[in-house]
Amino acid sequence: MFDRLGEMLSLEFMRRAFLGGILVGASCAFLSVFVVLRRLAFVSQGVSHAAFGGVALAVLVGINPSLGALVFSVGTALAIGGVSRRRSWVEDSSIGIFLAVSMALGLLFLGLKRGSATGLYGYLFGSILSILPSDLPWMIGLTCLVFLVLLVFMKELYFYVFDETMARVAGVPVDALYFGLLILLAVTISLGMKLVGAILVTALLVIPGATARFLTSNIVVLIPLSIAIGVLGVILGLTLAYLVNVSPGASIVVVLFLGFLGAFLASGQRS
Amino acid sequence: MSAAASKPVIDVQHLSFRRDGRIVLHDVSFQIQEHELVGLIGPNGGGKTSLLQTLLGVLHPYEGTIHVLGREPAHLDKARGQIGYVAQTKQFDRDFPARAKDVVLMGTFPQVGFAKLPGSKEKASVFGALEQVGMQDRASRPIGRLSGGEQQRVFIAQALVSHPRLLILDEPTAGVDREGEESLIRLLTRLKAQSDLTILMVSHNVSLIRSHTDRIVALNRELIFAGPASGLTDAVIAEVYHPHPAEAPGV
Repeated sequence: MFDRLGEMLSLEFMRRAFLGGILVGASCAFLSVFVVLRRLAFVSQGVSHAAFGGVALAVLVGINPSLGALVFSVGTALAIGGVSRRRSWVEDSSIGIFLAVSMALGLLFLGLKRGSATGLYGYLFGSILSILPSDLPWMIGLTCLVFLVLLVFMKELYFYVFDETMARVAGVPVDALYFGLLILLAVTISLGMKLVGAILVTALLVIPGATARFLTSNIVVLIPLSIAIGVLGVILGLTLAYLVNVSPGASIVVVLFLGFLGAFLASGQRS
Repeated sequence: MSAAASKPVIDVQHLSFRRDGRIVLHDVSFQIQEHELVGLIGPNGGGKTSLLQTLLGVLHPYEGTIHVLGREPAHLDKARGQIGYVAQTKQFDRDFPARAKDVVLMGTFPQVGFAKLPGSKEKASVFGALEQVGMQDRASRPIGRLSGGEQQRVFIAQALVSHPRLLILDEPTAGVDREGEESLIRLLTRLKAQSDLTILMVSHNVSLIRSHTDRIVALNRELIFAGPASGLTDAVIAEVYHPHPAEAPGV
């Protein structure tokens, strides 16, 4: 067992996967606190599926798939936000529409692509091998951006997710914060997609925050706890994926879910 | 200086407001002077919340003018901190990770400003505000674990923490039991007596409003009554709560 762990850490692609995974896990888990409190889980699902359309388009035109995912995710997030702000009752409908349209476009672009597109499987379900040395600089940059924005505007975001009306009356620019959150969501989705895939990246954006909420009602503890859960889930999930030779996305999500289940049961016993 | 000669805290002139093409308020004019406790009454859909949100600059008038503390609501800017607002009973998540003191600290936003952290001065004023409403002992309790009346006190402390000149409350006694209701009104009366606060409060409880406020403004899409509480007769109340002509069958 220890031999295999030593062997795992001696492999450069695994060390890269761990570094990338920790960055992805930390930024998604930080954001997940606000995703859970503002109930944006379905929005993140819609945006992550939209990223698939962007990947397929990028493959078709021959550009970096991560860039395609980023552009499509941000565009879809802004479209969902724009429609929802005009008519609040259409938020979930607009997510359903954009989710389906983006997936349909993805399939359409793949149909137009001559030859195989096997690399796309990794974007759908994640792959340990998918994180390349050239990915790390922009992953570090985007993680720093997510942390910086969330830390600088923490007070405003906290007020906004607690009570949007009161925040607006107090002069908090709630519309800008809403769109800012959606853009951060899109950025973290494009960040996490390579590791866990478009289908499963929502788990990283929901489970850590939801798990931490079962364990504390103090916001000062909630955020670091959520980040710790996200990072630990990624480390254990990646290790499991290597040892059992399964998809990293699936193993990370299963590990995070077990943590969620444990926290849920523990909180039930406490109450 | 007489109240009439001083500059009004709220000055509404010929205000009309429409929502989705429907008239919500029509040609409403009234003034509220400094240091008054004013009750705002009217039926559901009578335009009370729309009026408050127009005063706060969240909604914009279709016609007419509004001045709050001498400024148009859209241009309150730094004066925003001089207005405390307590919204209608909130349907917030009872498990939301916020303690009473966290909720009150949110109210310091107009003083602290955008993208800055509250300092020791703001944190001290949080405990001062909680003390004003008698909630200092529950400062570290999660907001969702407090009773309805206690939660309302915390929200009033949130509105008071910026030391406002004007306090606007939208149905602060809704969802609060009778004892809590009396206690909240006593609190507001005491706050008014202890400071230069002007208070505008919406309530459905007409007898409570009649017995505890200085003046009353009654709305049913248009202004029905504005005057001393003693002038609110049963006939006026019947007129206020009578279906508006636009709501009458066949219209």
